[in-house]
Amino acid sequence: MRTLFSSSVGKKLIMSLAGLFLITFLVVHLGINLLLFMDSTEPFNIAAHFMATNLVIKVFEIVLFGIFFLHMIYGLILSVQNMLARPVGYRKANHSQKSFFSKYMFHTAIILLIFLGLHLLDFYIKSKFLGGADTIIIDGEEYHDLATLVIERFQIGWVVIIYVIALFGLGFHLHHGFQSAFQTLGLNHPVYTPIIKFLGVLYSIVVTLGFMAIPVLIYFLK
Amino acid sequence: MTKLDSKIPQGPLADKWTNYKATQRLVNPANKRKLDVIVVGTGLAGASASASLGELGFNVKTFCYQDSARRAHSIAAQGGINAAKNYQNDGDSIYRLFYDTIKGGDYRAREANVYRLAEVSNTIIDQCVAQGVPFARDYGGLLDNRSFGGAQVSRTFYARGQTGQQLLLGAYSAMMRQVHKGSVKLYTRHEMLDVVVVDGKARGIITRNLVNGEIERHFAHAVVIATGGYGNAFFLSTNAMGSNGSAIWQIYKKGACFANPAFVQIHPTCIPVHGDFQSKLTLMSESLRNDGRIWVPANMEDAVAIREGRLKPTDIPEENRDYYLERRYPAFGNLVPRDVASRAAKERCDAGFGVGTGLAVYLDFAEAITRLGRDVVEQRYGNLFQMYEKIVDDNPYETPMMIYPAIHYTMGGIWVDYELMTTIPGLFSIGEANFSDHGANRLGASALMQGLADGYFVLPYTIQNYLSDEIMIPRMSTDLPEFKEAEAAVNARIDKLMSIKGKESVDSFHKRFGLQLWDTVGMSRNNTDLEKSVQIFTEMKEEFWKSIRIPGEKNSFNPELEKAGRVADFIEIGELMARDALNREESCGGHFREEYKTDEGEALRNDKDFMYVSAWEYQGEDKAPALHKESLIYENIKVQTRNYKK
Amino acid sequence: MDLTLKIWRQENRTAKGRFETYLVRGISPDSSFFEMLDVLNQQLVDKFEMPVCFDHDCREGICGACGLYINGRPHGPDSAVTTCQLHMRKFKDGDTITIEPWRAKPFPIIRDLVVDRTAFDKIIEAGGYISVNTGGVPDGNAIPIPKKNADVAMDAASCIGCGACVAACKNASAMLFVSAKVSQYAMLPQGKVEAKERVKKMIAEMDELGFGNCTNTGACEAECPKEISLSHIARLNRELYAAKIL
Repeated sequence: MRTLFSSSVGKKLIMSLAGLFLITFLVVHLGINLLLFMDSTEPFNIAAHFMATNLVIKVFEIVLFGIFFLHMIYGLILSVQNMLARPVGYRKANHSQKSFFSKYMFHTAIILLIFLGLHLLDFYIKSKFLGGADTIIIDGEEYHDLATLVIERFQIGWVVIIYVIALFGLGFHLHHGFQSAFQTLGLNHPVYTPIIKFLGVLYSIVVTLGFMAIPVLIYFLK
Repeated sequence: MTKLDSKIPQGPLADKWTNYKATQRLVNPANKRKLDVIVVGTGLAGASASASLGELGFNVKTFCYQDSARRAHSIAAQGGINAAKNYQNDGDSIYRLFYDTIKGGDYRAREANVYRLAEVSNTIIDQCVAQGVPFARDYGGLLDNRSFGGAQVSRTFYARGQTGQQLLLGAYSAMMRQVHKGSVKLYTRHEMLDVVVVDGKARGIITRNLVNGEIERHFAHAVVIATGGYGNAFFLSTNAMGSNGSAIWQIYKKGACFANPAFVQIHPTCIPVHGDFQSKLTLMSESLRNDGRIWVPANMEDAVAIREGRLKPTDIPEENRDYYLERRYPAFGNLVPRDVASRAAKERCDAGFGVGTGLAVYLDFAEAITRLGRDVVEQRYGNLFQMYEKIVDDNPYETPMMIYPAIHYTMGGIWVDYELMTTIPGLFSIGEANFSDHGANRLGASALMQGLADGYFVLPYTIQNYLSDEIMIPRMSTDLPEFKEAEAAVNARIDKLMSIKGKESVDSFHKRFGLQLWDTVGMSRNNTDLEKSVQIFTEMKEEFWKSIRIPGEKNSFNPELEKAGRVADFIEIGELMARDALNREESCGGHFREEYKTDEGEALRNDKDFMYVSAWEYQGEDKAPALHKESLIYENIKVQTRNYKK
Repeated sequence: MDLTLKIWRQENRTAKGRFETYLVRGISPDSSFFEMLDVLNQQLVDKFEMPVCFDHDCREGICGACGLYINGRPHGPDSAVTTCQLHMRKFKDGDTITIEPWRAKPFPIIRDLVVDRTAFDKIIEAGGYISVNTGGVPDGNAIPIPKKNADVAMDAASCIGCGACVAACKNASAMLFVSAKVSQYAMLPQGKVEAKERVKKMIAEMDELGFGNCTNTGACEAECPKEISLSHIARLNRELYAAKIL
């Protein structure tokens, strides 16, 4: 096993499994976010509270950070190796890639990393450590009013623009990453692979538009 | 003829090989480690020999001019490989394969060698399957066969249209396994420029490292030449651009006899020449003739109109087409052997009925498409049609293909005895480089069989019979005077080539020479032209050494220098071909002399005077070579005239 | 056709290379790409200059020796062909054609457009074979192989080792090449015996040689002259996991 992960294919396996985990996480994240569109801010705040305080989730939070870190580090190692594998480049770049988005995985990863920093600072760190969210009482219990924090934040035009750009990056990243993860796992089949690819496209569009809807709609509607 | 001892074992034909193996001397494992063998060439013969010798425990050094051993031109063989497995239960047997090969070779091959070839053919298939060669299979999972080249049985094993590639990759992989084990040391991008003979025995070679131009000396207890044929002498051929006759020519000059140089095979179904810049001819599998019909216009006006582009082939009505093979050979029709089909095409084109540039005939699938449906035709020939379309930009489903014969294979080569040893002790020659098994004409799917038979199953035995005497000979120093002299000669020749600084490029000269060779020693030969050409080639040789221009340096990667050395040898080979063709006053197999034909224009063999192998011995620069004759004795086969009319 | 050629010239492995511009005139659209380069080289020899060096041998698309990176594409602007099968009718009169060598760390340049692909041989040497000696093997029909499997093995085995996959890949990865060999043997019962050892050794050698990593981009599949599919890479992945984990 140890030698598996030192090989190029093994490193890719880590990327793939970590990626799939992150893909699953995004679904949960999006699900909670969409609660913001309910009439009241209560469901969102309750869900956010649960995510922040539940012990199991807290363990998962550490796992999530760990996996994200793995995905990032291995991505970095692989990318550096890839760059070293062609010290002298071509004058004319090759354009025949079947998966156009795959060419920009590293670029979109950088965008996402920067964005993630901002995003965590904006909400996660602010609410958790800086007391950025007010306290409200629901059914006698204290909650952080994260919903208001989010809504206030997305009243600012440039924040919304940054989010939209970053989410485009996310979409690009997922578009290739989703189907690529399956290929790396060795799952390639004349019938199922086209389905996986279709699901990958669908997923990346739904997730991108879903996340994007939040800042955009809040900006225009609330 | 004391010079030529074929060393054919005693006993009945079917027992000769078994008897030989039972009584030959072997080298014990401890001694094998002490013996070095050089193999030059990594085609089917060279790669399979290197692998097998390495497995036995010899120290093998293998050389090829390509960047990888996997690229040798065996890789281009499309059709298949014959074996007498009789998997199809259609009455095949070792004897029948032997018989067909002798007959196909127009009774100019050695009985004992050909029988051994047929005998080991079956184990070749087993060996290749075990190596993971993905032969075609039927739905029951067993090996599939097809019939090939008009054979009456289905004995050809194939891997799509890439049989040569798959067999070569099998042999290459087996050899790379030995490279990994350290028993084979591989030298790629190395060209052999001379053989070193010490006390009458081959003891090594001189090579040029093609990357940096370094001249190197290599010692071995025995040297094996597996460098293929010399068809590229003609410039335009189906051979690879780098295929050359230099190794066999150098050993000829050191005393190995060159047998039947005039026997070259011209393949009928190649894509015709398109213009002056043409560098190479592409073969289309012979299998196309199974369903395609060959024709030219019956009327001269139509032929002219087609050549001038005023008419299209589809404009010619059925009654104005001349299906000349069906007309001349009703029994075999379009499936006559290669030599017959090639000559018939040339006859029509020479008479002025050619299409395209005038040197092409039609191969028409319209009838097959009507009869079988486009789907079936596509299944059978789809990849060939696609290849044709890529090259010619015509759609063979809609308009007939154009084909013309081209130089393809050389049956002639270095004379070897039953043990595959040349007339120089310790120097062996295998595969297309030797002359042994195909007589005057090779049957389809037999070249792959011979290359692998020699390399896997014959040489690894016979070479031991020689090496068993060499176990006391320690490895020699390459500082011996013989090595130094050989290296000095090689260096002198390179310096001489570089110093000419003439006006003509090597390719340009080669083209001129090749055309001359094609015109006089090509598909059809006659006394007058051959006599003239011997003279012309002598003059051209002189001209070459005065007029050639080689840019660049000798101590760097320099393809022009490589080509120059090869062309210098081709000119001399061409001269020997002309001499041999002149000597052989008969028409047989690929050798057609215009003076010797029947009233109907068919080849006329002369068994009384020419049933022999002509083996030429070098006598020195500017001296005529000496001819030795090895009589061919047929004890197990009745010699007949080939007849494809009835 | 008249053409402008921008060609990478480099005298040897360590020399500094540069692009040179040449003009060729009167090229027939029916010429192959190499016949066009032959015309250029004739011009250069006429001027006593060093011709452009490029690898080529069979000139019929099977030996795998050739490989030029033409206008941003390995083997040029046609699909499922090698450079030697590329014909000038794929270009227009007056075109400028940029010709570069394969670029990858494990493929150092020997001269001009000629690169050293010994790395591929080393990968095969590491395990790209079935370990049988000559002789003593069972009858060819002793083990039936389903036609479907034999066909997939043949698909994989049709690799010509030209290196276009490495040249096309943005990461200079050799995965398609390696997977073709692994896949061929994985599909055959004869190859199963050593399957685990084989895939481990070949991958280790590939990594050692400094090829990049596969990012499932698919450029290799798109440019492969023999149209070898990415499904073989997936099979290689499965084979490796099975070898390492099970």
